[in-house]
Amino acid sequence: MATRIDRRMAKLKTEGRPALVTYFMGGDPDYDTSLSIMKALPAAGADIIELGMPFSDPMADGPAIQAAGLRALKGGQTLVKTLKMASEFRAGDNDTPIVLMGYYNPIYIYGVDRFLKDAIASGIDGLIVVDLPPEMDEELCIPALKAGINFIRLATPTTDDKRLPKVLQNTSGFVYYVSMTGITGSALADTGKVAAAVKRIKGHTDLPVCVGFGVKTAEQAHVIGANADGVVVGTAIVNAVANVLGPKGEKTADPAEAVATLVSGLAQGVRSARLAAAE
Amino acid sequence: MDKPATPNSFRTGPDEQGMFGIFGGRFVAETLMPLILDLERNWNEVKNDPDFKAELTDLSTHYAGRPSKLYFAEGLTRHLREVSSAKGLGGGAKVYFKREDLNHTGSHKINNCLGQILLAKRMGKKRIIAETGAGQHGVASATVAARFGFPCVVYMGATDVARQSPNVFRMKLLGAEVRPVTAGHGTLKDAMNEALRDWVTNVEDTYYLIGTAAGPHPYPELVRDFQSVIGSEARAQILEQEGRLPDTIIACVGGGSNAIGMFHPFLDDKEVRIIGIEAGGRGLDGIEHCASMNAGKPGVLHGNRTYLLQNSDGQIMDGHSISAGLDYPGVGPEHSWLRDSGRVEYVPILDDEALEAFKLTTRVEGIIPALESAHAIAHAVKIVPAMDKDQIVIVNLSGRGDKDVHTVASMLGMEI
Repeated sequence: MATRIDRRMAKLKTEGRPALVTYFMGGDPDYDTSLSIMKALPAAGADIIELGMPFSDPMADGPAIQAAGLRALKGGQTLVKTLKMASEFRAGDNDTPIVLMGYYNPIYIYGVDRFLKDAIASGIDGLIVVDLPPEMDEELCIPALKAGINFIRLATPTTDDKRLPKVLQNTSGFVYYVSMTGITGSALADTGKVAAAVKRIKGHTDLPVCVGFGVKTAEQAHVIGANADGVVVGTAIVNAVANVLGPKGEKTADPAEAVATLVSGLAQGVRSARLAAAE
Repeated sequence: MDKPATPNSFRTGPDEQGMFGIFGGRFVAETLMPLILDLERNWNEVKNDPDFKAELTDLSTHYAGRPSKLYFAEGLTRHLREVSSAKGLGGGAKVYFKREDLNHTGSHKINNCLGQILLAKRMGKKRIIAETGAGQHGVASATVAARFGFPCVVYMGATDVARQSPNVFRMKLLGAEVRPVTAGHGTLKDAMNEALRDWVTNVEDTYYLIGTAAGPHPYPELVRDFQSVIGSEARAQILEQEGRLPDTIIACVGGGSNAIGMFHPFLDDKEVRIIGIEAGGRGLDGIEHCASMNAGKPGVLHGNRTYLLQNSDGQIMDGHSISAGLDYPGVGPEHSWLRDSGRVEYVPILDDEALEAFKLTTRVEGIIPALESAHAIAHAVKIVPAMDKDQIVIVNLSGRGDKDVHTVASMLGMEI
């Protein structure tokens, strides 16, 4: 069964351009503002939305996303509200894929079966759960696949050829290539190395490969997009929200507009990148 | 939670996936997964290697001062017999202390650090990172890094840096770089997050020297095995000194490395009652405690599934304890399993009770215990008067309390 992610990726392939995958933190700085950001993303040029689920201890994230998660939690965000946000978005947009991204504990506490049922009802298409490697597939990955939700796995520079098949085995939707070892928001890796890594992964799978970690500007999105099926931007978007918040968290400008401006620029960068390899 | 079936032995875990029942596992980012598998491979090689064992034993003996003594705490025993008589019970078990406070660096932490530094050396790593709460593990890590010539970075919550300044200075003297962590509440949990972020960034050359029997597999197993020297010695020593096993053994549990090291060799001695002491802080009614197994529920944090202090949304809470070394919202996964299987009892001791035990031990034994260890002593103070005179209790005195005198002084309203 093709999911929204499969359909979107197939469509972009016929258009000959990579996807722009945008991450933002659900509930940052509050529910309503965050929902307005989400609703603004497709029109600004986002092809796939990653909806961040805040967690108190985000061990793979840099300072920007840590701070965004804390703002969201302080604003009262919960997994219940993140799912509600997705369903409110879905009521007005039945095409843009939504991928929930975060850590396992809130899902485990919510209850895996109940979570999958509610995620489907909320129009969620995929999951990225940072702290569930293939060794822990029985926890959530297998149940999610059975329920018809894509489980998108991260591949990293430390994932060698021997390990790649294990990582790719139960991956669906797309493969998220983490461009460097490190936390979110670090400096962009050598683009030549990234291109080589994408090629290496494509030797093992027919799935689209999207590249993230370190992409912040339209120019970088353009360069990375030339050799990948998609470009993921997260920290830059989260920063665009933070930049219009005052010292006490008060809004000094419209965060949705700030995000839309950034994403429009990134979309131009991505759209001007030609898919060199995939043809 | 259903109680798991009683196994034939409590000493066989973890399984190949690193699980103790439903607890443990490897809940880490993909970037770290190959590193953890590499660590597991190396650990499996060394754990039965006689050369590795010989090197560790030599260092433990001549550098750390092992074996640590099993000391008959005559003053405390006499005191508790008087308490027993006053209550008209006429009992009072014999109390022994396992003297981990006499180790080099002043606590059990050195046992684990020596084992892991040898592992790091064998793996060809070039750089050591560690997390620390009170600073005991940070000092022990900085110590072995100095001894073996490794650069060492210690992550420590900014709050802890402020309240444990003598240990910060010791680490710096030993050549380590102490990086204060301001994220979250600036305590041990945040330091651990930051150490993991460092590791995920510096994957090629860095060894993460984790300080307690928690984290992703194989850490809970290997830390336990390095700390089991405590229980193995204590078991042999009590047989030597008393000709029989103890009736009860007690140890404090933060992450739980001194406790699992003490308990593990006794797990299959069914006649030995085993009690782990959690930090009850200001009481379990509120949120100011660290009693994850008494007041938390199973969840996933820092690479393993275990009992955690958390809210209904699965967000981890910051605990509280008078003792920085117990100030952690989780616990090693093997303890969670031992709790659910019923083999070990876990009970809370309040800040005030620990403080009283700290003062009592100092006065009647001339031993200043660490506030962590004082929690274990406090429970002995509670149960020993009701026991018979021919019974035996061993308390693991996991560390010395010199580091705590400032905390205790301020609790008592004194200036030093």
